[in-house]
Amino acid sequence: MTRRVALFITCLTDQFYPRVGVAVTKILEHYGCEVEFPQAQTCCGQPFFNNGFHPEAKELAKRFVEIFEPYDYIVSPSGSCTAMVREQYHQLFAHDHAWEHSMAAVTGRTFEFVEFLDKVLQVNLSDLKLPQSSSISYHYTCHLRGIGVKDEGLKLLQQIGNVDFRPLEKTDQCCGFGGTFAMKYPDISGAIVEDKVQCIADTKADTLICNDAGCTMNIAGMCHRERMPTKVKHISEVIAEAMGLDLSGW
Amino acid sequence: MSDTVSLPVIGSHEPFDFDTASTAAAHNEPLKRTLNTAVMRQYTGRQQRMTDLPDPDAIRTLAGDIKQHTLDYLDYYLDQLVTNVERNGGHVYFASNGAEAKQIILDIAAKNRATRVIKSKSMVSEEVELAQAMELAGMDVVETDLGEFIVQISHDKPSHLVAPIVHLNKAQVAKMFADYFGTPYNDDPKALTMQARDYLRDKFRKADFGITGGNFLVAESGLVACVENEGNQRQSVTTPRILVSLVGIEKVIPRMSDLAVMIKLLSRSATGQPITIYNNIFGGPRSAGEKDGPEEFHLVLIDNGRTEILQSEEYRETLRCIRCGACLNACPIYRKIGGHAYGSVYPGPIGALITPLFQGLGNYKDLPQASSLCGACYEACPVKINIPKHLINLRRDIVNTHLNGPFERAFYRFWAWTMTSRVMYYVMTQLQKFDLRRRAVHSGWVRKLPLFGSGWTQVRDMPAPARRTFHQQWHGKK
Repeated sequence: MTRRVALFITCLTDQFYPRVGVAVTKILEHYGCEVEFPQAQTCCGQPFFNNGFHPEAKELAKRFVEIFEPYDYIVSPSGSCTAMVREQYHQLFAHDHAWEHSMAAVTGRTFEFVEFLDKVLQVNLSDLKLPQSSSISYHYTCHLRGIGVKDEGLKLLQQIGNVDFRPLEKTDQCCGFGGTFAMKYPDISGAIVEDKVQCIADTKADTLICNDAGCTMNIAGMCHRERMPTKVKHISEVIAEAMGLDLSGW
Repeated sequence: MSDTVSLPVIGSHEPFDFDTASTAAAHNEPLKRTLNTAVMRQYTGRQQRMTDLPDPDAIRTLAGDIKQHTLDYLDYYLDQLVTNVERNGGHVYFASNGAEAKQIILDIAAKNRATRVIKSKSMVSEEVELAQAMELAGMDVVETDLGEFIVQISHDKPSHLVAPIVHLNKAQVAKMFADYFGTPYNDDPKALTMQARDYLRDKFRKADFGITGGNFLVAESGLVACVENEGNQRQSVTTPRILVSLVGIEKVIPRMSDLAVMIKLLSRSATGQPITIYNNIFGGPRSAGEKDGPEEFHLVLIDNGRTEILQSEEYRETLRCIRCGACLNACPIYRKIGGHAYGSVYPGPIGALITPLFQGLGNYKDLPQASSLCGACYEACPVKINIPKHLINLRRDIVNTHLNGPFERAFYRFWAWTMTSRVMYYVMTQLQKFDLRRRAVHSGWVRKLPLFGSGWTQVRDMPAPARRTFHQQWHGKK
């Protein structure tokens, strides 16, 4: 039975890291999924919900539910947007009997990419190998907590051959992104991302895996400002490289 | 740090300038170093000790349920508590606010002609500034917890719920001791501890009035449970003639068997200990044949805004807090700015949540905003208070009561509106792409953004969007 998977790209990945969308699509297709991309999708409502604009967030949540309801699975390369759908939609639709059934159906089928590989497809990446040895570290993005994902990403990463894994100190400490927080409180956010980037530098890894576009923009932005050569990638990019997939598009 | 940040008087109801305090702290390199070492030790200690338990998540759920149940039926359990404390021979008082609590305690002291006070560490006494009030009334008050003693002699404020001087390093403490005692500078922690011990021993011997807080009040037995590591509180509850415990009404739990659950979690969550060195469980005066204990025991139960929070079904959960400080240790923001920057006795994530509830959202509207919502606090909380959820709800309250600016509200509403259609989303992403790629020139990175975006580029660069969005790339598929 072919799994019909809808890709929920998320606003930031759509604009800043479309190659991650290409990688996720091609990897899911490699594992036999039929990947579709509902073109009407925009935003899950997270920025509005987190900043206290709940009626506005609910409008976007309704749109999301309508757009994604027809699919078997909804997969997203972002833990934080997945957490928004899985955790917060319940609050937005509480006591709303007209919507709660569809909402629960959609949220129950929404997965973060790594979680989907591990829990649904139950893949093992041991037969994959990077073309050459690469030192790679891993940042645990915060919103994986909200959806109960622990070290699945780390496990998959370490299965890939030629990965010289470098543990990151304080891997579970936030990078200081926090959406609009990064702009509203630049001094605090700056101190936090500085700490993160220092820990990354200490690993001497060439590449950091970070599975959330917002965190990637923050960490990569700080690495660039500090003139550090570290590449910040989504795990799908590393898996795609090991599979020999072309990420330049279609 | 106490010289750079001026703290508001608790309960002054003046809007707190969080920006200034937090910005100064975030650039205070020695503070950040000191905090990082101490806080990470407590954080990893908690993680290790929690894994000793067969099912850490289940026991946190149980502890949360015990506290929630008690809060949901607080009137019943308070009644039961009062009956049992009185049966044990103690006296019970209800204080609706700090001023009342302080007056009750001063009256007890006056009636008994007690003047020499040994006080053990208690957050609620900090909340109402009890020690200061007793000093003003002419009593000799000494904080006997070592950390609190250092806070007292340096006229500082605690910056952590459990480790009050987590913001200070060894050299700073040594200097305070040298200044206070007029002795030569010595930064050996053991020597400093022995110096304080000698000083405090004399105070313990002469004291006639003991003050404690309370971690838990057990309704079925009428007993107060207090944990500590230094034995100073054991002195407070055994030596002086008069013993007063000042405790918030939300500290009640139903049974002694519940206490076993709570203690297991409190010490692990707070300091990463399986159990604290001293666990004092007391109530009532010394009975015939007992060798120690007070002649009189008084329990002062304080409300000070708690029943207001209790009335809100939504925020009632926040009263579960057992003041373990685990959320502070887990918080990336607390780790960078410390406790003083929160402008309240209750710092960190739990402080960002309850300070606005206690002191008014208008006075502390920055606190719920200054969170990256990473969720580390919720993960650490032994009674499962969903702190990020409540912070978001406070942000909702800020929007609904117009505590933020009209421009900000209009901006978010316009932004949300553009996301309601595919066409507008397309237009907005293309405009943003054009703007950012123009600013990035050919480097792929924007070094300086105007207006709202300036906060981003103040500390880091902004990547330019890709030439074609994923939406556009998908068109080329098939």
